[in-house]
Formats: sequence, C-alpha cells, structure tokens
Amino acid sequence: MTQPSQQNEILAERAAKLEEPLAGIEEIREAKGLSQGQIVRKRFFGHTGALVGLITFGLIFLLAFTSLGWAGIPGWWKYNHIDVAPLVNDGAPTLSLTSIGEHPFGQDRIGRDLFAMTMRGAQQSITVMFIIGLIAGLIGVVVGALSGYFRGWTEAVLMRITDIIIIVPALLLAAVVSQIANRRDSGSWFSGFATNYGIVVLGVFLGFVVWVGLARLVRGEFLSLREREFVDAARISGSSNARIIFKHILPNAIGVVIVNVTLTMSSAILLETSLSYLGVGVKSPDTSLGLLISQNQEAFSTRPWLFWWPGLFIVAICLCINFIGDGLRDAFDPRQKKFNAKKAADPGTRPASAPAAAIDFSKGA
Amino acid sequence: MVTYIVRRLITAAFILLGASFVVYILTAISGDPLGELRALNTANRDQLIEARIDLLDLNTPAPIRYFKWLGGAAQCLVPFAGTCDLGRNVTGQPVTEALGLALVQTLSLVTAATVLAILIGVALGIVTALRQYSTLDYGVTFMAFLFFSLPIFWAAVLLKEYGAIGFNDFLRNPDIPWYTAAGIGIVAGLVLAVAAGGDLKRRLRLGAVGFGFITALLIVASVTRWFTTPGLGIVVILLAGVGLAFAITVLVSGLQNKKALYSGLTAVAIGIVMYFPIQGLLNVATPLMIFILAVVAVLVGVGVGWLWGGYDRGQGMRVGGITAFLVGGLIVLDRFMQAWPSYFNNGKIRGRPIATIGASTPNLEGDYWVTTLDSFTHLILPTIALILISLASYTRFTRSSMLEVMNMDYIRTARAKGATERSVVMRHAFRNALIPIATVVAFDIGALIGGAVITERVFSVQGMGTLFFDGLGHVDPNPVMGVFICTAVTALVFNLIADLAYSALDPRVRVK
Repeated sequence: MTQPSQQNEILAERAAKLEEPLAGIEEIREAKGLSQGQIVRKRFFGHTGALVGLITFGLIFLLAFTSLGWAGIPGWWKYNHIDVAPLVNDGAPTLSLTSIGEHPFGQDRIGRDLFAMTMRGAQQSITVMFIIGLIAGLIGVVVGALSGYFRGWTEAVLMRITDIIIIVPALLLAAVVSQIANRRDSGSWFSGFATNYGIVVLGVFLGFVVWVGLARLVRGEFLSLREREFVDAARISGSSNARIIFKHILPNAIGVVIVNVTLTMSSAILLETSLSYLGVGVKSPDTSLGLLISQNQEAFSTRPWLFWWPGLFIVAICLCINFIGDGLRDAFDPRQKKFNAKKAADPGTRPASAPAAAIDFSKGA
Repeated sequence: MVTYIVRRLITAAFILLGASFVVYILTAISGDPLGELRALNTANRDQLIEARIDLLDLNTPAPIRYFKWLGGAAQCLVPFAGTCDLGRNVTGQPVTEALGLALVQTLSLVTAATVLAILIGVALGIVTALRQYSTLDYGVTFMAFLFFSLPIFWAAVLLKEYGAIGFNDFLRNPDIPWYTAAGIGIVAGLVLAVAAGGDLKRRLRLGAVGFGFITALLIVASVTRWFTTPGLGIVVILLAGVGLAFAITVLVSGLQNKKALYSGLTAVAIGIVMYFPIQGLLNVATPLMIFILAVVAVLVGVGVGWLWGGYDRGQGMRVGGITAFLVGGLIVLDRFMQAWPSYFNNGKIRGRPIATIGASTPNLEGDYWVTTLDSFTHLILPTIALILISLASYTRFTRSSMLEVMNMDYIRTARAKGATERSVVMRHAFRNALIPIATVVAFDIGALIGGAVITERVFSVQGMGTLFFDGLGHVDPNPVMGVFICTAVTALVFNLIADLAYSALDPRVRVK
C-alpha cells in the first residue's frame, strides 16, 4: 500500500527531530571514522536474521540455477522439467537422510521429476523477481526523483500518471499480457519471443506496474532532501540539475530505494506465483511454483509432496528476501538505535552511564 | 479545508476517467470475445455469434464503446434516479445487479477478517513493542515474516485439508486421548511462559498453570462430549464475565478506580440475571433484534457506570459499556452453541459442518441461529486465511509506530511526573501510536473489495473477484469495468479519508 505524501513529510520531519539522543537510546560510537557504506555493511552483517536469509537465498539460488542449468548451459541434474520417466516407488519422494535417490522430491502422476520442476519454478521466480526489482527500481527512482526535485508541472503530471497506474489492477495487465503472448497463431515477433521467454515478458510488464509505490517514497525523500543546505551549496557552486540529483541527493536517498526495492522483490514473487496460480502468468508446458501448486492441489490427499515442495520453496525464497530487506532497513536507518524500555523506565539509570558495549545492532526492529 | 477536498475530488474524477479508459481498452484488446463461440460445433453457432456481437456491440470500435459505456455510467451520478446503467454481461444480466450480489458476498467475506486482523495485529504489535527483544518479540517477528511470505492459495489448501477435513473427522468422534490433551497443554503452557513477562520463576509458574488448565479443560470437554453438545452455561459466563470486567478495568482505568471495577461487575451481574429471561426472546431472534439487543446492552452498561459515579465517571461508563457488550456477546455465543446439535445433525450437513467452498449450504432450512451458524462455518476458513496474511503488516506497523512513540520526550515527561505505566502506555503512547495506524487502516479498507480475488477463487465464493475474472474470461469489459469502478472509487475515497484523518488526528499535519 502506498503512503500519503504528508505522512512522508511528517516522518522526515520527525527524523530530523530525532537526531538528538533521547532517554534509553545510545548514540552510535562505533561508527566513527567509517564511511556510510562501511557502516551499513557492518550493521547488515551483524543482523543475524538477514545473514541467515542471505546465505539461505544464496544456496537456493545456486541449487536452482546449477541443477538444471540456465540459458543453454547444462546442469548437473539428470532430468529436466518436461521429460517423462518411469514411475519409481509410485512417484513418492526418494529423499532420505542417507541418499537422495532417483527422484528426491518424487514424481507427478505421469512421471515427471518434481525436483526438476521445482527447480525450474524457483529459477522462474528468482528471474522474475530480479527483473521486476530492476525495472521497478529504475522507473520508480527516475519518476520519484524528477517529480520530487523539479516539483511544479513535472510533479503534477508524473504523480497523476502514478495515481492512474496504482488503481489499474495488476491482474488485468497480467491477463492482457498473457493473452497477447498466447496468440501464437498471429505469428508476430512478440508472440514468438513470448513463447520462448514468457517469464521475461511477464517480469518486464509487472515491472512497469509495480514501480508506483517506490516512486512515491522516493519523491517524499527528495522533497525533504532538496531543501537541505548541501543542495543549496551544490547549486551555488554551479552544479547542473542532473549532477545534483544523481550525485548529491540520490546517495542520501539510497537507503529508502534499496530497502523498498527488496520489499518489492519479495512481493513480486508472491505476485508471480499468484498470477501463475490464477492461470494468467507462466503457462504450461513451462512451469512455475504457482502453476505447480495450481495443477496439483486436487491431488493433495494422494500425492501431497506435489503440493508441499513448490509451496515450501515459495515460502523459503520469500522469507529470505524479507529478512534481507529487514536487515537492510536496520542497516540504512540512522534512527535505528537500540532503545531500551527498561532503562528508559527506570529512573535510577542514566542512559549516558550505560557502557558502549551495550549497543547491539544485531537485533531486528 | 473545503477547497482542499474539492480539489482532491476533481483530481480523483480525472484519475478515474483516465484509469477507466485504460482498463476498458486493455480488457477489450485482451483477447477474442468470440473465441469461445467460434470453437463451437453446434448448428446455431452463427446465430450465437450474431447475438453476442449484438449484445456486446462489437461492431463499434472499443474507444467509442468506452464513451457509450461512460454515458450510461454517468447516469449513476444522478442520485435516486434509478437510471444507473453499467451495461450487461454476456448472459444479459445487468452489471449493476450482478455487482450488488457480488458485493454482499465479498463484504461478508472480508469484513470479519479485516476487523479481527486489525484488532489482533494492533494488540500483538503493542505487546511486542513493550517487550522489545524478548523471546515473544522474536517469535512474533518471525511469525509475521512467515505469514507475510505465505502464498494465500497454498495456505488455503492446507487449511482446507487440516482445518476442515481433519476437524470434521475429529467431530465425528470427538474423543481427545489424554496424551493429545497433554501435548496441547504443553504447547499452551510454553506459549504462556514465553508470552508472560517477569523472571524465569514467574514464567515457569504461569506456564505450569496454563498447562494444567488447558489439559484439564480438554479432558473434561472430551469426557462430557462437549464438542457434540457445546455450550457455556451460566457458570462459565459468570466466571468469564468477572474475568473480563477485571481485565477491562485494568486496561481502561486501572484497578485503583474501584467505581469503574464495580460498574463492570454490576454489568456482569445484570447479564447473568438476564440470562434466563432472555432465552425466550433469543429463540425468535432476527439480525435486527440482535443488533438492538447489543445497543441496549451497551447503553445499560454505560448507564450502570453513570450511576456508580465516582471521581472519573467517564471511565466507569466506558468499563460498564464494554463489559456489558462482551457479556452480551458471551450469551449470544452460548445460544449459538445451543443451536449447534440441530445444525450438526441437519440432513444437509450430515455431520461435516466445516465447509471448504461456497458461502452457504444450498437449501438449508432452519431458524436464524442455524442459518447464521451455516454462514459462520463457511466463512471460518477464508477468514482465517485472510487474517493470517494481513496480520503481519499490522503487527509490524504497530510495533514500529509504538516504538517510535515510546522514544518521544513526552513519554519521559509522563513517567517523570509519576504517571503509572498503564497510564503511560494506554493513554500517552497508544493513542499517538494509533495515528499512523489509522491511515493504514483507511487504505486497507479502501483496497478491501478488490483485495480478496485469490481467496474468493480458492474458496469458490461468488464475489467481486469472480465477477472480474468471468468478465476477463469472456473478454467482456462491462463486468470488469463494474468491479473496477467499485474498487477504484472506494480506494480513492478512502485515500482522501486517510489524508483527512491524518491531519485531523495529528495537528502538526495541515492539509493545503
């Protein structure tokens, strides 16, 4: 959901007010002599949840892309997501503590290997996630920056376009894209391209829709940053508008951008799987995690593994991205200081007397 | 203020025009509206195609059709004229009529879920903010992230499997063996021990009490066949009512306000006295009567608080009113439980009450209690699914908002002047933490109507999402536009309300 602009402004105002230390909050002393990037990195890697999320995501990424191979490069797994193999053990998963067996995740009714299908689905989800993150991030930053920096007519026009796109249902756009992509008979270059790279087309189109939230946040950030002294100083020293936007303001707003792109990416996975589930995303014979669940939900009582594995991979990928996003938010947020309710409540302890060692950024907010 | 609202409304009208044009054209180009008919092999295929072309006016180009549609839709702006025309869908039914039916279904699906998600989410957020960095906080945070990452269609299938089919199997022979009861008791005790504050000893004691209580409760329920013939009875209502009176007094005014506590207890006593006389009235209940009784209960409670008086009459009235409402709710719940056996043994239900699809059992006959129970059993699974996925954002948002407020100077001032912790949390912090939450809630209500498309699909509810999808499937813009107009207007109106509410609640923000 998007935030109203006033809320952003008031939050920015509060942020400015919060710069002086308050009861129960310790100042960052470990940060002396470090660049912003170093501070952020240090805090991010001190955040247990984010670190676990990052490592798990890396493992899933490697597993998905090396097992089946990608873009023509062969992988190490012996099956792919289309070929049919004879049923082993009536399709039940052969995964055990000692060996992975012939079909670790089992097989579906006609004998396709579920491990291969799940890995293919995970590839699709991760690909669509990065495409959406990239496109939505770029458009959102440019639109937000232009409307927040120039204000006036630029802002009015861009923000009205944003408003329009916000209320057009994403489902409708996805349906339109999938309908056009599926018109194979028309023989246009687009449908030919879409047949081979359906997921890329879907990701690009979704990216053109989901940038709106980010654009509003970036605009709010630019609105408050453009009034700061360093922007005036840059302008007086003769910097061009482009230089002020990209060299002076954007680095200060990069935290908001990165955090929200990450969160957009996690919701993009759910969006892609939901659309595939509804039949307007990835289409068979290609597969995706949402499509696998949609195809197999009726078989829950007879072949539950067909339902469990794709779902678990959606949850795992999405959870990892959410934890990474949370860690990034804590790392980028200068207001994120350790607040100790007990210390603030207890009149006996003065916050200044607390040892610096008590500062702990490893805990999530 | 008025200029601001008028300006916003005019902008909204232009946004609506632009977006509706985009949606109409997109729907029109999304496929071949005659595709399904062309695939037919029946003799009257050409007639059907002709009829469809006629019905949807396909000989006119889509942009011109949009303006025709707009002309009909513009008549909806004339109040009470009854000339609202949003076109017809492929079966010839007017879209306005279809929308009315779908809206009822969708609203009955999402209302309870949203209200419960907000209440539970805000409460959890407050508790986790007050216990920052405790086990409870980490547990809830992890759960919030987990629920946030759940695809609803996946969670819904799991719910159907274990919540409906499993629970129905259990109800066939509701026998809880002692080890299952002990297992559930251990889990409950652990949760209580983690959730409780204080040192390890206190936590362990509370956990043990919780374990004993839950295990005993389950064994007693199993032995007395409570699940076949459930009911609360006057004793349970009395005990629960007294507990509620104390809890509400603690939250609203603190136990040192004796008059408030007494008014709460008096409200409970009145409820208990009314329990038997009111049963006859409840037997012939209608929805309107339940509503009137609820209002009467609140009024009686407030009146009791007023009569007790005291130095802070308002607090007593509040405690009395809330307690009376909740005790009334308990009595109604008891009446629902009394109707359970007749519902359970109904020929249409055949002992499998929790439904997995639809919004009601077709052709079910029974009084108000049975039919309402029927819609409850149909709503329970989608409601749980919706709560699970929307709970997370409320919890996280309340938590961060509450933490930010707890860092403010005036909270320190309140503590410094000796205000009790209850007063600091409930009166100084909570109210201000609610300001940003109010805007988020307004947004979410605006997004409600269109937000449950997948849930509707999974649970086969004939709501707005189904209407939208059917329209899309037939490449028929009219129902799609009907749904879009409803969702877009609510979203825009609630956006405006959110901004106005923010400036009304927070004097630092002024609309301009």
